[in-house]
Amino acid sequence: MSMLSVRDLTVKFAMRDQNVTALDNISFDLGEGERLGIVGESGAGKSITGFALMNLLSRPGYIDNGSILFEGEDIVQKSESQMRKIRGDRIAMIFQDPMVTLNPVLTIGQQMIETLMAHRKLSKAEAEQIAIVKLREVYIPSPQERLRQYPHELSGGMRQRIIIAIALLLDPDLIIADEPTTALDVTIQADIMELLLELCQSNKVGLILITHDLGVVSQMAERTLVMYAGRIIESGPTREIINDPQHPYTQGLINALPQQTLPGHKLKQIPGSMPSLTTIPEGCPFSPRCQYATDKCRRIRPEIVKYGPAEVACHEVNRLHETQSEEQSA
Amino acid sequence: MSTLSTNTEISRWSKIWNSNMGYSFRRNPVAIVSLAVFIVIAIMSLLAPLIAPFDPYDPAQIDIMNSEYPPVWVDGSDPQFIFGTDDQGRDLWSTILYGTRLSLMIGLCAVALQAFLGISIGLIAGYVGGRIDSLLMRMADIQLSFSTLMVAIIFLAVTQAMFGSETFNQYAIYFLVAVIGVAEWPQYARTVRATVLAEKKKEYVDSARVLGFGPLRIMVRHILPNSLSPIFVISTVQVANAIISEASLSFLGLGMPPSQPSLGSLISSGFDYIFSGSWWITAIPGVVLVVLVLVINLLGDWMRDILNPKLYKG
Repeated sequence: MSMLSVRDLTVKFAMRDQNVTALDNISFDLGEGERLGIVGESGAGKSITGFALMNLLSRPGYIDNGSILFEGEDIVQKSESQMRKIRGDRIAMIFQDPMVTLNPVLTIGQQMIETLMAHRKLSKAEAEQIAIVKLREVYIPSPQERLRQYPHELSGGMRQRIIIAIALLLDPDLIIADEPTTALDVTIQADIMELLLELCQSNKVGLILITHDLGVVSQMAERTLVMYAGRIIESGPTREIINDPQHPYTQGLINALPQQTLPGHKLKQIPGSMPSLTTIPEGCPFSPRCQYATDKCRRIRPEIVKYGPAEVACHEVNRLHETQSEEQSA
Repeated sequence: MSTLSTNTEISRWSKIWNSNMGYSFRRNPVAIVSLAVFIVIAIMSLLAPLIAPFDPYDPAQIDIMNSEYPPVWVDGSDPQFIFGTDDQGRDLWSTILYGTRLSLMIGLCAVALQAFLGISIGLIAGYVGGRIDSLLMRMADIQLSFSTLMVAIIFLAVTQAMFGSETFNQYAIYFLVAVIGVAEWPQYARTVRATVLAEKKKEYVDSARVLGFGPLRIMVRHILPNSLSPIFVISTVQVANAIISEASLSFLGLGMPPSQPSLGSLISSGFDYIFSGSWWITAIPGVVLVVLVLVINLLGDWMRDILNPKLYKG
């Protein structure tokens, strides 16, 4: 049985005149120790998915429908106090910007020890020992001294390591990392990703990596979900999705990578931009930007269907494949 | 240089001294003088029982025959009484010391009460939001639409009438603290709420929620310490305001009784004699009051300047 199993998750935002659907019938599974990447443009609903998994949507967002089974228990049904025991302890979350994620007025030690003592019956000395061990695990030099320092005394990469250490503090089963390296220098990004990968593998922690960087996903995740306008449009093993994308949107994303364009040529971008949540078109949400779109695409919303090792929400996936193989053979 | 250890334990004091605040303090003569004057007044009034030559609360030490001696630098004075005596024959210097002590104490306690009420209400309103926020803030608006003095006068007049002036005089200090404290909480509540609204959106609050902390812990341990600077600024201003309020109420006869005078009641008791030539009974406590309130306000100004990042010029 999978550790996390999301079924038909629908998240809505209550607006003055209507309820806007931010996540539309999302379903996916995550096995123990498995790493899943969620990719998509800004506003596709990636971060909302992360917060929904924590049952931490703040007003006006709410979970309208669906279930999130975490180790057999439905998170959606849990009370706030039950959720508090799960958060941080069994599911941890890492945010985008390490500069603002740590509380500026508490020392690293205070923040780590507070977290430990909130979830476990530990003495302060014991908690400090655990904190030091965890800081060593993320390769923080001289951890005893770091415990007495304030966040502003540390560099961005160092802070993100500490945030990872805090996430790992209580040995969670699942870490949700919401663009954990977006705010860091490129050189440090690779370090942090490597560290995260190493720690997840050695501690058998499941990882949900939310990002818009396909390169990162290809290195980190075993499986990938591609999201568009609050829906999953393609999911499957990362290798398949990167090498043989089925959905026109995924193809567009991969074609838009700078590596896919010869020097001196314009980048191949997807025309148009993602619809806002209030104006999602009827039928396939990608149809206005899709070069293969037919009448059917504009009228009927495609269901997710299995196609080879992947699952795709596209009416034209068969035809698409045929034309592509024709092109290749020609 | 090799003997210099890099991680010497820096004492708390030198940390404060070397901080931005310490630096700007050292460079600001107004702040230095204000703090010095305030500390002198505070220490002298706290040590009043040791410093004062007479005990103004002890009727046995008061001789009505000594009444209305002028200060020593005026003709016809008695060298026993540096600042002269009041209409009842009390040594003015001792009475001022005791009176300042009362005024400061009432001011500080009233502000503590204001801060407690205002910070709790502001935190809850800002953090919880929605209807509770609207309800609490409308209460604050209503409270603000009555002037502090008006509320205080009504409340104190009614209690004085209810309990009789004997009992009232006995508990006047508590009544004053309560009424000044309750009347001014919206100042704190509004400031705190505004800061909390800004702080709440920051990611460290999200990350605290993600770590499974409850709302109370997030409010008190994570948001409150980040909202302290406006609270500091408002506190100094409010202490000055509370001292003024107390003096005004006492001047109007609704505060400390003449047997246990604060600065306000002392000014008031001398006011009847000011035209008969005994100006010092009103003037000297008046000067003390003005200086006290002025230095507190100057300190508050300085603090507001350096704690306001928009005004901060590096």
